[in-house]
Amino acid sequence: MEPHQVMSDEFKPPANKSELFSRAEEFLQAFRKGAEFTQELLKENERLRYKVAELETAASHHAAAGAGNIGALQRRIAELEQERATLLARFQQVEAENKEFASRYVEIEEENNNLANLYIASYQLHSTLDFKEVTQIIQEIILNLIGAEEFAIMLLDERSNVLAPVVQEGLEEGTLPTIQLGSGTIGTVAKVGEPFFYQGEIADHRSSPLNPLVCIPLKIKEHVIGVIVIYKLLQQKKKFANVDYELFTLLAGHAATAIFSSKLYSESERKLSTIQGFIDLLTK
Amino acid sequence: MADPKILVVEDSPTMRQLIVFALKRLKGVTVVEANDGVDGLKKLSSDRFDLVMTDINMPVMDGLKLVSLIRNDATHKDTPIVVITTEGAQEDKDRALSLGANAFVTKPVQSANILKLAQELLKVEGA
Repeated sequence: MEPHQVMSDEFKPPANKSELFSRAEEFLQAFRKGAEFTQELLKENERLRYKVAELETAASHHAAAGAGNIGALQRRIAELEQERATLLARFQQVEAENKEFASRYVEIEEENNNLANLYIASYQLHSTLDFKEVTQIIQEIILNLIGAEEFAIMLLDERSNVLAPVVQEGLEEGTLPTIQLGSGTIGTVAKVGEPFFYQGEIADHRSSPLNPLVCIPLKIKEHVIGVIVIYKLLQQKKKFANVDYELFTLLAGHAATAIFSSKLYSESERKLSTIQGFIDLLTK
Repeated sequence: MADPKILVVEDSPTMRQLIVFALKRLKGVTVVEANDGVDGLKKLSSDRFDLVMTDINMPVMDGLKLVSLIRNDATHKDTPIVVITTEGAQEDKDRALSLGANAFVTKPVQSANILKLAQELLKVEGA
């Protein structure tokens, strides 16, 4: 489109005075509308400025409030962290206590087990006055509670000072010799009254009739009446436990009194029977 | 299990007493004792048991024979059996298990082991 053509289409000079006034009137109306519009724009501008100012104030308030909230939250986090550390420390303490209790429980159970063994051994040893039964009970204790496979009970003949086997388990008859008091390991234990325990590894021990693994004197106070000799343990028994030493101590005293009492009782029974027979002869 | 009943078959009075002593720590348990396999069978024929504990080496009838007879008896074929053995050899344990034993204990016996096994097999708590 050519510019001179636009000019020719849009602007036409007024034809007369009334048209001039009419156009002036239109122009004034347009001008007034423009002025009104400008007034509105200015008002809107003012309103928006006010709104911006309001929002800026609110934003600054929010920012201040947010900063306060962050501070509170940080303090709460610190408190919770501290609480967590305290709880963790308490938990570790309780866990340690728990472990200690568990370990103590195992110890008590073991002690209970040991006491049960000792109680039963002691109870059984004094449950009879029959010499054969007493030796049988000693055998059972050594086999079942200590776990020995080869062992013997030797009693001392005080007139000849010789130890002779009265009971043997796991050993062929006649393999054990009589032993003179004070001779070798077994004779020395009987003479001195102190037990003998092989000091090396049990698995390495090579036993023979004169080379026992353990030898326990049977004592009534300081008086030795015989010995218990252990040559070999059951294959599953690899070493002695604490309770075994307590059982050895118990056997040293209680087995001795049980053997001694049963022997005395047997002798008195025999004498009583002889006397009774003699009285019967006299009175008939 | 309510008031379990256990049969202990053992010829040694010392061992029997030790086992009974351990088992009596279980809540509400009743322990019946037998001297050998024949005595054990006699008691099994007249009563119901929740567990049998038997030694192997016994006079009259040994523990392995007893295990075999219990497993072939319809009334007791499911009763748990613990075998107490002097031998620690694996073949002895295998033999006991193959005959139908559920578990075994080797001598020297610890009362704690007896108690633990009984608790496991009876599914009961200690005293």
